[in-house]
Amino acid sequence: MTRLYIPRDSSALALGADEIAAAVAAEAQRRGESVEIVRNGSRGLLWLEPLVEVETAQGRVGYGNVEPERVAELFDAGWLAGGEHASRIGVVDEHPYLKRQQRLTFARIGITDPLSTEDYLAHGGLAGLRRALALDGAAACELLIDSGLRGRGGAAFPAGIKWRTVLQAQAAQKYVVCNADEGDSGTFADRLSMESDPFGLIEGMTIAGVVTGATEGYIYVRSEYPHAIATLNEAIERARAAGWLGKDVLGSGRAFELTVAKGAGAYVCGEETALLESLEGKRGIVRAKPPIPALAGLFGQPTVINNVVTLASVPIIFAQGAAFYRDYGMGRSRGTLPIQLAGNIKQGGLIELAFGVTLRELLHDYGGGAASGRPIKAVQVGGPLGTYLPESQWDIPLDYEAYAAVGAVVGHGGLVVHDDTANLADLARYAMHFCVKESCGKCTPCRIGSVRGVEVIEKIQRGEQRAQQVKLLRELCDTMLSGSLCAMGGMTPYPVMSALEHFPEDFGLPGQHAAAA
Amino acid sequence: MAPQSSETLLPVIERYAGKPASLLVLLHELQDLAGYVPSELVPQIASKLNLSRAEVHGVLTYYHDFRDSPPPRVVVKLCRAEACQSMGTEALAAHIEEHTGCRFDGKRDGALGLESIYCLGQCAQSPALLINDRLYAKVTPAKFDAILARAQEEGASA
Repeated sequence: MTRLYIPRDSSALALGADEIAAAVAAEAQRRGESVEIVRNGSRGLLWLEPLVEVETAQGRVGYGNVEPERVAELFDAGWLAGGEHASRIGVVDEHPYLKRQQRLTFARIGITDPLSTEDYLAHGGLAGLRRALALDGAAACELLIDSGLRGRGGAAFPAGIKWRTVLQAQAAQKYVVCNADEGDSGTFADRLSMESDPFGLIEGMTIAGVVTGATEGYIYVRSEYPHAIATLNEAIERARAAGWLGKDVLGSGRAFELTVAKGAGAYVCGEETALLESLEGKRGIVRAKPPIPALAGLFGQPTVINNVVTLASVPIIFAQGAAFYRDYGMGRSRGTLPIQLAGNIKQGGLIELAFGVTLRELLHDYGGGAASGRPIKAVQVGGPLGTYLPESQWDIPLDYEAYAAVGAVVGHGGLVVHDDTANLADLARYAMHFCVKESCGKCTPCRIGSVRGVEVIEKIQRGEQRAQQVKLLRELCDTMLSGSLCAMGGMTPYPVMSALEHFPEDFGLPGQHAAAA
Repeated sequence: MAPQSSETLLPVIERYAGKPASLLVLLHELQDLAGYVPSELVPQIASKLNLSRAEVHGVLTYYHDFRDSPPPRVVVKLCRAEACQSMGTEALAAHIEEHTGCRFDGKRDGALGLESIYCLGQCAQSPALLINDRLYAKVTPAKFDAILARAQEEGASA
């Protein structure tokens, strides 16, 4: 019997993984070979998907970009014994892209069957929750503060301080809400976590519940992620059956229930207060803060709200201790950052590394340059509201403070690469257009400013009163930045202004920074 | 998903009576059953969930997912966000419009609808799209033509 791993997450499915699994089963039967097919999650080596692994004496040998039509050929090449073939990448654990990473939050992805509770336990699962159950709430919050974990969703607020605020709040009912509305282009770490290691998120949320005294949790997942929703629902059911969730978590006498809520296609619901409104069955419109959700969140009650990667990072911190996690990273950016390398890049995928790595290392050592083979022109870091970084800024270490110092954001750690055919004025106009489409409409700078932003950039592109319009665009961006209620309007100027500053020639302006391009 | 008359959906609404926080859940369930949320149901939904008609209408029209008319037999949703743009989604969009004779986000007929969406989380495998909720990545014009033809055959035989 040979064991094969064929991923079941959506990045593999989108490239035919189900057809491959069927073809492998049929071909094995035809040849009288005995195989067991495990549907694992993705390793995050996304340019190789579908990546099929064969368990051999040397380890799990990978075959990348497998196509259903070539399955017979792989059998002919003796892949069940790790045989040579053009698509063979060797032992997957030894692959340089993977071997150089520091996988803490994503230690299990692609290795385990995402829905197997036995697999989860065999790979260190629940050690964090057991530790948390043995601590009192205040000590648990201290541990999290000591670890240095900051929210990985973008705002980078210390998670432990948020939890302590909820712990200290007096209320009959408290909640844990997971923000899984990962709508930023270039980000897929939440999706990989939910689809490839859902028990990690479930454990992290349960820890948040038992630490802060919240007995109900919600995972708000965007509707564009149906596979994540299905995987989570199945995992929650299995966790409940195993006694990990419910009225008596691991026999501790503590209760924690978990429900998946599905979004309905509104980008702004990734903003935490809009998300809470949506979860309450209303239009997802931003709330003014204060009050902060930690004191008045879901249904007005104290609520821990963190994104997927933040919550999924919690179990290992509790299992290994604060110092273990804090020892990774630099400055005030502790631990690891799941970097998502995407767009026009040869080797796109998930790279988990301690803070401090530079874009240049990521783009070249990991990414292997642009997919088109052309020079890379700009990298947008941190989603559609993040800045465009020209080559002159690629040596800045990925660190919240170092990025803030140049007006950039690490955000969710998503990198979108553009080659030299990209026009940054078009991308700036698109940023405003996206804000027009997705603004919740509550505040004027965002709702109206974005519409005017599109118009002004179009005038600049057409060369109508260019100097005057550029001045107007700067003023408009300043108003949006300081006058918007949330990051939607408040950060849309980031991509726009960085495009204008670093790539003026794309706007038909003299290229004083031409060397930077 | 089989089209259903509005009356057959009433028992679904009944199950959420008195639970205004369940409005999104209910709308998703109605749309899963009927393919859209018939606007004539707004008053019933409002009265059962103790909401105003304006509140229900507001939610129904705020979110991109909800439709108040039956969807075309085949719906193509192409990602137009940055990562897909960097890998030629706009050229693919032009090809799709030319190949199908339809416009993105334009008027829909009963056979085919083209919609722009923003991010499917396949940013390292761009461009990505959905055809009738089935996900495809690294889509080229030739690959698009083949999968659309297959979806249209399935749509015709369903």
